[in-house]
Amino acid sequence: MNRLRQQAWLFTGSLLVAFLLQMMPLPGAFEAFKPYWLGLMVIYWSLDAPERMGLGLAFALGLCGDLFVGELLGEQAMRLTVLAFIVLRFRSRLRFFPLGQQALAVLALLANDRIVALMIRGFSGEAMPPASFWIAPVTGTLAWPLLYVLLDNLRLRQRARE
Amino acid sequence: MPIARDNTATLFAEGGASTLRLILFLAVAITVMVIDHRGDYLQSLRARASLLVEPLYRLAALPASVARATRNAVVSQEQLSNENRELRQQLLLAQARLNRLDALLAQNARLKDLLDAQQHLGLSVQFARLIDVDLDPFRHRVVLDVGSNQGARIGQPLIDAHGIMGQLIEVLPNTSVAMLITDPTHAIPVVVERTGLRAIAYGSGASDRLELRDVPRSADLRSGDKLLTSGLGGRFPAGFPVGVVGEVSTDSKGLFIAASARPTAALDRSGEVLLLQDQPQPYGPPQAKSADADAGTSPPTDAAPATAANASTPATADKAAATSAPRAAAQPARASTPEQP
Repeated sequence: MNRLRQQAWLFTGSLLVAFLLQMMPLPGAFEAFKPYWLGLMVIYWSLDAPERMGLGLAFALGLCGDLFVGELLGEQAMRLTVLAFIVLRFRSRLRFFPLGQQALAVLALLANDRIVALMIRGFSGEAMPPASFWIAPVTGTLAWPLLYVLLDNLRLRQRARE
Repeated sequence: MPIARDNTATLFAEGGASTLRLILFLAVAITVMVIDHRGDYLQSLRARASLLVEPLYRLAALPASVARATRNAVVSQEQLSNENRELRQQLLLAQARLNRLDALLAQNARLKDLLDAQQHLGLSVQFARLIDVDLDPFRHRVVLDVGSNQGARIGQPLIDAHGIMGQLIEVLPNTSVAMLITDPTHAIPVVVERTGLRAIAYGSGASDRLELRDVPRSADLRSGDKLLTSGLGGRFPAGFPVGVVGEVSTDSKGLFIAASARPTAALDRSGEVLLLQDQPQPYGPPQAKSADADAGTSPPTDAAPATAANASTPATADKAAATSAPRAAAQPARASTPEQP
């Protein structure tokens, strides 16, 4: 019971940190380099704890993201749902990839997420974002190994404490 | 739980995400987006949820403000004294300008009185501070620490010491969101100071660039021209600096001038900004003062020659004449209304 509760803490804590990181400002030139933390977190949890992260939760998280930083209600909900769906669908294979290969898969996922975002913004009549729009998936890929090792370590430590 | 814990699923099994659920959620997402796009419910929803949203904004801004505070605390003595000297010089310059402006202001007031125009130069402003929250690097929005409790309203123009910065688009109880003039969806009516040419400056998405499109090729527009707000459209008051024209070239079709301008406001540096309180007065002839339209429009034209004739007398007499003439002209009109029925 205690272990479950601790895992729940880690789960909600990591999501809250993702929201904060998403909103945290970076110095001007680095703004475009900010990875899509929320997306990375959804990928991690649907990869490693699919019993917690389903499509419904991804949708709800997306709605929260829209509420905090979004422009159109439902945009991030749709993006995160698509992201979670792809990861859950290919989970059995993605899980056994070595970390480097996994990072490449994450790059594909994040790039796909950017395309979905571009589509939604196009339909809602927004202007085309500049080329630096495409930097974020790359930095997200670079951040993936760190995030994966960190969260995995935290979970292992929790398990070892029992 | 759709996932089997013992992992009996094969490598190519569907796993926990069935396509039906995906379609369902996508349909819900699309419905929500369409409804929100039509009705803009997100802002009111965010205002409702402000109890949750605002603390999170402040929390996210905390590291940046802590970093700034530390930098301020450890900044060296020399830097401070340099900055102090620079600020002193600027103050001196500003004072000198202000003195000159005072004379202009008095002259302007006299002329305005003569014209019976209803435009006021007196500004009432509200001080606001930026909260360092990054909403989206590709949309030019800033978060301010004033909200509806402090009297902020949607549409209020935002200025800094150098010029127009943007306008409020969203007001929460204690914070508000402003769109900067460089946002790709923003456009501001401007007038070229040197020639009086009217144009519209569009945001470009880069924080140091505005774009002037649809300016005819015959127009007189040069690099270095200053752009001021024209006051047309009624959102921004007239006469505030907006930008300085940079390069001027023809557009891809060769029919129009495509010029870029650099915003005068320090869009990416300002920490403190001013919110203009007064809604600008629209351009045009003075409003009719009485209920009768035909009786109301004629007095100003009658009054103008009368005051112009008094122009040689001292300024105080001018003012008295200017203020009393319309009032005197309005009174007969008001007196005539009871007689009509």
